[in-house]
Amino acid sequence: MALSPDEVARLAQLARIDLSAEELAHLAPQLDVILESVARVADVATADVTPTSHPVPMTNVFRTDAVAESLPPAEVLAMAPDHEDGRFRVPRILGEEQ
Amino acid sequence: MDITRSTAADLAASIAAGEVSSVEVTRAHLDRIGAVDDKVHAFLSVDEDGALAQAAAVDARIAAGEQVGPLAGVPLALKDVLTQRGVPTTAGSRILEGWRPPYDATVTRRLLEAGVVILGKTNMDEFAMGSSTENSAYGPTYNPWDLSRVPGGSGGGSAAALAAFEAPLAIGTDTGGSIRQPAAFTGTVGVKPTYGGVSRYGQIALASSLDQPGPCARTVLDTALLHEVIGGHDPKDQTSLAAPVPAVVEAARHGDVKGLRIGVVRELGGEGYAPEAEANFHATVERLASLGAEVVEVSCPNFEYALAAYYLILPSEASSNLARFDAMRYGLRVGDDGTRSTEQVMALSREAGFGAEVKRRIIIGTYALSAGYRDAYYGSAQKVRTLVQQDFTAAFAKADVLVSPTTPTAAFGIGERLDDPMAMYLNDLCTIPTNLAGNSAASFPSGLTSDGLPLGFHVMAPHLADDRLYLVGAALERSLQDSWGGPLLDRVADLTAPATTATEVAR
Amino acid sequence: MSDPLLSYEDALAAYEPVLGLEVHVELNTESKMFCGCSAEFGAAPNTHTCPVCLGLPGSMPAINGKAVESAIRMGLALNCSIAEWCRMSRKNYFYPDMPKDYQTSQYDEPIAYDGYLDIELSDGEVFRVEIERAHMEEDAGKLTHMGGATGRLHGADYSLIDYNRAGVPLIEIVTKPILGAGERAPEIARTYVEAIRDLMRALGVSDVRMNEGSLRCDANVSLKPWGRERLGTRTETKNINSFRSIESAVRYEIQRQAAVLSGGGTIQQCTRNWLEHIGETSFGRSKEEAEDYRYFPEPDLVPIAPSREWVEELRATLPENPGLRRNRLQEVWSFSDAEMRDVVNADALDLVEATVAAGCAAPAARKWWTAELSRRANEAGIGLDEVGVTPVQVAAVQALVEAGTINDKLARQVFDGVIAGEGEPAEVVTRRGLAVVSDDGALGDAVQKAIAANPDVADKIRAGRVQAAGALIGAVMKEMRGQADAGRVREIILEQLS
Ligand SMILES: [Mg+2]
Ligand SMILES: [Zn+2]
Repeated sequence: MALSPDEVARLAQLARIDLSAEELAHLAPQLDVILESVARVADVATADVTPTSHPVPMTNVFRTDAVAESLPPAEVLAMAPDHEDGRFRVPRILGEEQ
Repeated sequence: MDITRSTAADLAASIAAGEVSSVEVTRAHLDRIGAVDDKVHAFLSVDEDGALAQAAAVDARIAAGEQVGPLAGVPLALKDVLTQRGVPTTAGSRILEGWRPPYDATVTRRLLEAGVVILGKTNMDEFAMGSSTENSAYGPTYNPWDLSRVPGGSGGGSAAALAAFEAPLAIGTDTGGSIRQPAAFTGTVGVKPTYGGVSRYGQIALASSLDQPGPCARTVLDTALLHEVIGGHDPKDQTSLAAPVPAVVEAARHGDVKGLRIGVVRELGGEGYAPEAEANFHATVERLASLGAEVVEVSCPNFEYALAAYYLILPSEASSNLARFDAMRYGLRVGDDGTRSTEQVMALSREAGFGAEVKRRIIIGTYALSAGYRDAYYGSAQKVRTLVQQDFTAAFAKADVLVSPTTPTAAFGIGERLDDPMAMYLNDLCTIPTNLAGNSAASFPSGLTSDGLPLGFHVMAPHLADDRLYLVGAALERSLQDSWGGPLLDRVADLTAPATTATEVAR
Repeated sequence: MSDPLLSYEDALAAYEPVLGLEVHVELNTESKMFCGCSAEFGAAPNTHTCPVCLGLPGSMPAINGKAVESAIRMGLALNCSIAEWCRMSRKNYFYPDMPKDYQTSQYDEPIAYDGYLDIELSDGEVFRVEIERAHMEEDAGKLTHMGGATGRLHGADYSLIDYNRAGVPLIEIVTKPILGAGERAPEIARTYVEAIRDLMRALGVSDVRMNEGSLRCDANVSLKPWGRERLGTRTETKNINSFRSIESAVRYEIQRQAAVLSGGGTIQQCTRNWLEHIGETSFGRSKEEAEDYRYFPEPDLVPIAPSREWVEELRATLPENPGLRRNRLQEVWSFSDAEMRDVVNADALDLVEATVAAGCAAPAARKWWTAELSRRANEAGIGLDEVGVTPVQVAAVQALVEAGTINDKLARQVFDGVIAGEGEPAEVVTRRGLAVVSDDGALGDAVQKAIAANPDVADKIRAGRVQAAGALIGAVMKEMRGQADAGRVREIILEQLS
């Protein structure tokens, strides 16, 4: 299941990382080594084993529906790369109209 | 009294008794940082004004006759992965350079409420991904024992700050060993509490189901005192345990292992372990036996798959946790020249803002969760997690605590393993199973190699039995100090002496 | 630009439409799904935000128990099974209106699944819509597209984001493929969403306002030749912002797809956007390359395992199913289907029920609300419940009519007075002097006058053509300025001419 540079490029696109060609070439073999060594989980992960997603089993932890203070608007936008009219300003969006 | 060489417990007692002010203590540590941190680089930022103001506030409370907590006025080094309102918080990443969070992490809030003085933020591997602190975007931290070597990671800054006497207390976070492995490499104490024992709220997440903040210090008692300050239920972290903090301080003061069953994990040793590390480990087990502990051997056959499972679960969760660094609301934005789309600016910013290891893991995680591979990778890893838990359950039926070396080797040289991810990952062989299962574990100093490098003794306890770690740690600490004639850290290099040639080369 | 369409009749003759409806309901909890920020609609931009709903580094979600409770109640009202154990999951994709670049949602473990909703169509037929699942998730922020010619996404120079809505709890209700709708597919789609609105309103879990986005519907439409088993390729129409548009959008897609298929083309799996101003759908985004959301269980939240006791407690809080309630009331009131439909269409069900409870006969209550008072509400452009007359007052007016104090025509003036704030109906009658004249002497005089003025009419009546009395009654009523009981006037006329 060796990863080709093309596949790495597709994954990088999915993860929104604009990898350079050099990085792609450098990463692909490294990722292969890692994937090869981690693939052995499949050896013991048989159908009868239930997966664990949470290390400590707990259920039904809920918050009471009560309003708490929000951040002051100035602090909301203080760290924004760009803002306008109390809102975050972002570059134009390609894709589907919401 | 040499302030920077004192324990936190002693400092707190002196401050509470009015023998020394918190401002004096804080000043002394700031001076020490000024004197040695250009060699060690434990800190990413030092909040001199904030720390002195916090110290003055504690002094005022004491002057007013107020009863203060057991660590009030004592300085601390905070790992830069926890938010502190208005103080730069970077997680060691370029993408967060200059970010000042508008809120405190729960750990930070509890420290400040307890009157602990936060000196600054410590260096770390970027987003806590690493075992050497070489992955920091701001340059590596150097091991105070030997400046040509790594201090471990990801919490190398916190551990080095302790070993360099820049702070008597520090906070770390442990996802696969990031508290314990640096503790072992620097001859300090580090505890990973039971998962959910310390709130994760405000900890910049690496792998949410593995992450756990914890206390670091030079002595077992100081670590326990800090554990008690930061521990306990937090409604802001719904995975935090609604249980009282185990009686860790009492255990640290008691320090008796008579009748305690100590289980040596058969699989955590042998091939790949440095002979010196193994020899030290066995000597330490014998020492505990001589103190009255009962030694048994246990087997955890699935531990050998733990590393593989870990390096699937961690990147999977991390790929999702790190998605929010998208240049829209905070952090680095690159390429927004009016011609590019949001998608392009996101990709350029993440390319520029993340380091190589972060990118590696995000790509692996994206792959492990992607359609067609999820069951084989992420799904299988979650099953291994179940098997590792079953191994722990079976082992804890035979032993009260489990033990191993903390790391297969002592601290390695800077640059040695940087481009060999698998060799780097092997560092965490002994520490990872605990994170998968969520139980508690610690590393205690247990001796030096012939090169004069510290080694750590790893103790694992069941869920919410964190107090047993301190029982073992305190007994060991007392016995070793009797043999050595003082703390191990007395033997650390004198950083204020003229730099050695080796250091010059390393810099 | 417009797509070629086949006529609706031709489309239905050739193809069977299959629907799939995804309805998003924003819950009306006080606070958001995972943080304490207010979930209220309409605040200044970004004033309802905090580290959690902005997705700041280090923040963690804390799930709102009330939202879980509402989800379970909705599931029960939709006749669903409630999961014994389920988790929240992360749906990973990058979009700037999502602060964490993943949506905390549910994947293969929805809180409610396998239900149905019986909906009543305009002719009274009941159609069963099968529910696949109802799951919990969080809303995204609101994007405003700036610059460019249209103010729309395409051609915009940049966008602004308000995260007030980010993290507001949502329930997504997904139907199974709806077969057997035939030509009624558009009506069924609309009626289903209206039924969801009625149900949510009765449950009190949501404001369900399409114009504010607290009720949203995506309509999946596919066609298959009649008799074929396999479903056709579907399109998913988004941006539908009114009940009427649901019907129009489904109808449009049926006609559009039919034109493509009958011309030998194939349907491309894609999203379509409903363009309200021109009443058409336009191409949105191709779905041929399946999106890779990389779902996995949310590690920051613990699993949800509603105890059966809790579920039963919540079941006991369910209001009567709106459809069943309608049927029950229709039977109690003995209304015809048409009469009942008038009441429902006028949004008068609650008002008629309350008026009957105040002692009014059901037909009279129906008549006042669906005719006289509905007319006033329509003219004023307000809701029937805002017209200024209470059910108790309507009952009081009807009591005055039945006592003979006023007639129907005078009753209208009484409503004028009540709405003008002149007091309760009896007071208005007194103040305006509206009581009918029941003094036979005065009526007798007026009748005599009318007979004298219309001798030819009087002759006809004397000759036995009793129906001619109407003209005389009209004259008398005019003389009395309406304040007479027409029945009594008729009696007196017939007495005098016998
Ligand atoms: Mg959804
Ligand atoms: Zn919020």
